[in-house]
Formats: sequence, structure tokens, C-alpha cells
Amino acid sequence: MPYVLKIGFRYLTANPGQSALLIFGVALGVLAFIFMSALIGGLNTMITENMLGNSSHITIEAPEDRVRALLPGGPAVHLLSQQELTEGSILRTADAFEPVIAAVPGVVVTSQVISGSGFLIQGGSTAPVSITGVSAAKVSEITDIAADLIAGSTDISGSNILVGSRLADDLRLSVGKAVPLRSSTGAERVMTVAGIFDLGMGPGGGSAVWLSLANARSLLGMSQGVSRIETQIADVNIADAVADIIRARTGLKVTPWTESNANIQDALDAQAQTGYIVRAFALIIVVIGVASAMMLSTYRRRPEIGIMRAMGASQRFVVAVFLSQGMLIGLLGGVLGAALGFLLVLPYPAVDNYTPGTLPIDIRQGSYALAVLLTTLGAVLASILPARAAAAVDPVQAIGQ
Amino acid sequence: MTALVEVRGLVKTFGEGETVTRVLKGLTVTLRVGEMAALLGASGSGKSTLLSILGTLMRPTAGEHLMLDVDMTVADDAALTAFRNRHIGFVFQFHNLLPDFTALENVIFPTAVQTGRETDGMRQRGRDLLARVGLADRIDFRVPNLSGGQKQRVAVARALMNQPELVLADEPTGNLDSAAAAQVMELIAEINRDAGTTFLISTHDSRIAERCQRQISIRDGVATG
Repeated sequence: MPYVLKIGFRYLTANPGQSALLIFGVALGVLAFIFMSALIGGLNTMITENMLGNSSHITIEAPEDRVRALLPGGPAVHLLSQQELTEGSILRTADAFEPVIAAVPGVVVTSQVISGSGFLIQGGSTAPVSITGVSAAKVSEITDIAADLIAGSTDISGSNILVGSRLADDLRLSVGKAVPLRSSTGAERVMTVAGIFDLGMGPGGGSAVWLSLANARSLLGMSQGVSRIETQIADVNIADAVADIIRARTGLKVTPWTESNANIQDALDAQAQTGYIVRAFALIIVVIGVASAMMLSTYRRRPEIGIMRAMGASQRFVVAVFLSQGMLIGLLGGVLGAALGFLLVLPYPAVDNYTPGTLPIDIRQGSYALAVLLTTLGAVLASILPARAAAAVDPVQAIGQ
Repeated sequence: MTALVEVRGLVKTFGEGETVTRVLKGLTVTLRVGEMAALLGASGSGKSTLLSILGTLMRPTAGEHLMLDVDMTVADDAALTAFRNRHIGFVFQFHNLLPDFTALENVIFPTAVQTGRETDGMRQRGRDLLARVGLADRIDFRVPNLSGGQKQRVAVARALMNQPELVLADEPTGNLDSAAAAQVMELIAEINRDAGTTFLISTHDSRIAERCQRQISIRDGVATG
């Protein structure tokens, strides 16, 4: 063991009661840090799960600028673009792009979607609906219809459709009932209700009609291509980075959820900032506590510092002794605080099983190692000034005390 | 005998302006290798100040200070610290041991602080020194558990750890009863005789001064003897 560390440890154990109190104080700061980390992380997970669990994380569409020309214009180069008004929203070669997108690291699900609007007609009532066409095999891949099914099945083969619960209530639809569906282009077909679902507040909720890609294509007059490709990725926090890769590989218009749901991102950012501030205060309190304790320790040990200096200890050695003492306080307090923090958040249910009335704490996001590392560093920094003051002690005066 | 330490025209003042106090006023003295000298003088005569300067713990205001032919007045603090560690030992009136350390840890401190770690070799030398000062059975005792005389003998062992050429002792028996004082003085004399270590002992006690080969007196800031 390095000699300075041995002396630092000896000083720490020389007053066990005082040191234990100090370390416990540091541990409480670390506990607050870990609790806030787990809470903010849990809130983040809960919000993203709730808001993004049933929607596309990254959406790929046809680029808006279909015709481009570069023209010289003096010193500058002007980029002209012309939006193709009639076909701009159709992704014609989706079949070719989908495997490319699916191969991007992090992408776990892809689904081609045709969307539009129309009306369901039942007796004398007409209700506006949003039409969503997906592959029958992927009906629950992005939006988990199967989990939110109230009645019937998710079979959208043939002329089957799935309708939102509010729509079913308004039009008194039930499973097996035939109902005409007219699209915004004027095309009309009689469809059969195969299932009724309730997505709550999620996208395409109560007034949605889900059907197969083929039916959506014929109703919306889309001879080829799809409206977009939707994806879900393993880690929603890296959506921007994955979107960049997809954009680079396909040249298509790629929109991550952070852009399409900027308000959620803003809320998460604000929440994260709050967490940083609270954790920073916890660390500042630790640093102030350690600094004041070290000030007292070095003042009380002035005669011993004088003896050390008289025996040939360099100023650097004296600084190292008290820095090591501070480091040990931070390390021991950090480890104790991390253990207490873990025990504190342990009883909380997993975020996946969150129920209103409890705190959405994610035990995996306690930042335990970071807390120990920052506390140790903070304690060392807090010890610098007291240690330097100790090293500057005049040995003759100190020994004479 | 060869000169170990030479100071010439040593001046030390404290304070500034009207409150300035001149403690040493051109003091000149030479300590020779292997001698055991007593430093005598009234309280406030400058004995401790001279010991502090000779021990490189304090810089003189003016004058020359050479030890082992090295000019101490031009060396920087780090060089003085390293020099002090290797060549000078101290025995103080109030032992000045590190209270949270054992006797052995106190003895090996001057060597361990030099190398940055403790070794078995250091510990063995520390044990030998403690045995020599009659404390073989107190090696692992913490300082508060030692008597006054035992503490002072540990201090003597510590002063010898790095085999210094010079040991400065400031009233080393001033805080001991007569039996313990006699033991410590016997020990110092023995080490001086056997190892040839130079001792300069500040004292008010004429019996201690008589045991030394030479008496140096300080009066009015200058030395005689």
C-alpha cells in the first residue's frame, strides 16, 4: 500500500465515530443522487414507453424534393427544387428499401403503411375515419392491436377491417357486421368488421380503421408504393443516430420520433435537466461537507504536520496524505451510499409494471458507478484546498503549538 | 576534526519596523564531525532559533550556513526538505511523535516518507533501533500507551533512522524525571561514541552540559565556546 494512503487511512480510523458520521453524511448525498437517477430514468422510460410503445420510432417517407437542378449563379450556387405535388407522398420502391432499413443496426421492426381518410357508412350515419393499411402479417408489429383488442380478431385478410372502439360505439358496429367504407378518392367497398380495438390515447385511436395493404391500395387509388415505412428500434434514445444512418443509406425523408414528437422530447429534456440539477446539488453538498471536515482535520493536525515536515516530509507528501484521506472518505461514502440507494429503490416495482400512485423508479438506472466515481472525485477536489493549506504549515510554529 | 556545520555572521530577526527583534546578531560557530556539544543560554537567548536554522526548518535573515559543504542559504525549500530528511535528526523536548502511529511506525517514518512505502528492511532497522534504546517489547505500542521516557527514547531512535550526520536535541530531557533523563543522556552519549554521530544538545541543565565534550553559550545573540 502506498505510504500516503496508509497514513490517510490511519487518520480516517483514528477518530472512528467522527469518520463514520462524515462517511454516512456523504452516503446520504450519494443516496439522494442514486434515488434521483433511478426516478428520472424511470420517468423517462415510462413516458417513452407510454408515448412511443404503440407508434413508429422512425418513419421513412418519399423525399419531398423529387426534381433538383444545380445552377451557377454568380459566387453562389442556387439549389432549385420542385415538389412533385401529385406523387410526393408516395414511396414507390418500398419493397426495395425495406430490407435496407431492416438491416440498419438497432432497427427491430419495419412495416409498410398506406394511410388516408374516408368515411364509414352505417344506416343513415356517416363517420369520418382514418384509414391505415398494413401487411396482414404485421398488423400488430408497430401498434400492438392484438394487445388492445376488445372483440374479434386481428385478421385483416380478404375484406376484413378492424375498427376503433369509439367508432364501433357511434355506428353500433359489432364483429361480423358488413359496413361500406368510402375513401377520400370516392372509391367504396363493403368491408366486414373482424375486430374492435381500443388504443386509448395512442395514435389512430377511436376513429381508426385498419385493413390490409391491398384493400387500402385499391380504396385510396394508390396503384403502387406505400405512404411510408414505419419502424421500431431497440433503444428509443438513439433514434436520431439510427435515423441518420437510414437517411445516409436510403436518401429518403427520415423522421425520428424526436422530431415528430418534439413536445415529448422537450418534456424529457426538461425532466433530465431537473435531474441533473438535483444531482449536482447532492454532489455539491457532499463536496462542501468533505471540505469542511477536511479543513477541521488539517487544522487539528497542524502539530503533526509540523512533525512530518521536520522529519523530511515534502509539501507534496503532506498534500497527498490529505488528498488520500479525502479520497477514502469519498470512496467509502460513495460505496455505502450506492448500497443504501440500491436497497432504497429495491422495493419499488419495475417500471414496466408501474401503477398510478407509486413512483416510476427504474432500479437499473441508479447510476451507481457514476455516483461512486463522482463522489470520490468530488471528495478529492474538496480536499485540495485544505491539503494545500496543510502543506503550507510552518513546521517551527506548528511544532511549538 | 573536520567541520560538519559552519555558520558565520548569522543574523535572525523577527517582526518588522519598530517591532523588529534581533535574536541572533552575527553568530559564528562550527560543529565538528563526531562531537557532542551542549548549547547553553538563558530563555529567549536564541538557542531554539539557532537549532531551527541548523535544522533547515528556518532561514537566517543574513549570514552563512554550510553543512557538509553545502550552502543552505541558497537551497530551495524542496532541497532543504530532502537534505534535512537524509542528514539531520531531531529530538524535541516534548518528543513530538505522531500520536496515531505505533513506536515502530514513528521510527521508520523518516525513511518511509523518503521512498513512499514501507519495506521489511525498514521495519527490521526500526526494530533494531528500538531494541537499542531498550524498547524491544514496546514496538507495536501506540504513542499514548508509552511513558514519557519511553516516548523520548522512541524519538531518539527515530532521529537515528536515516543515519544522519547531525542530531539536534532541543531540551531532550527537559520533560523527563531524573531517572528517565539519565537513561536518555546515557543513550545519546553511547550513540555518539559508537556511531560517531554529531549531537548538539540545547539545555539548561548543567549536569547534561558537563556530559558533553564542549559547551557553546549564546549571549546577546552571539556564541562563545
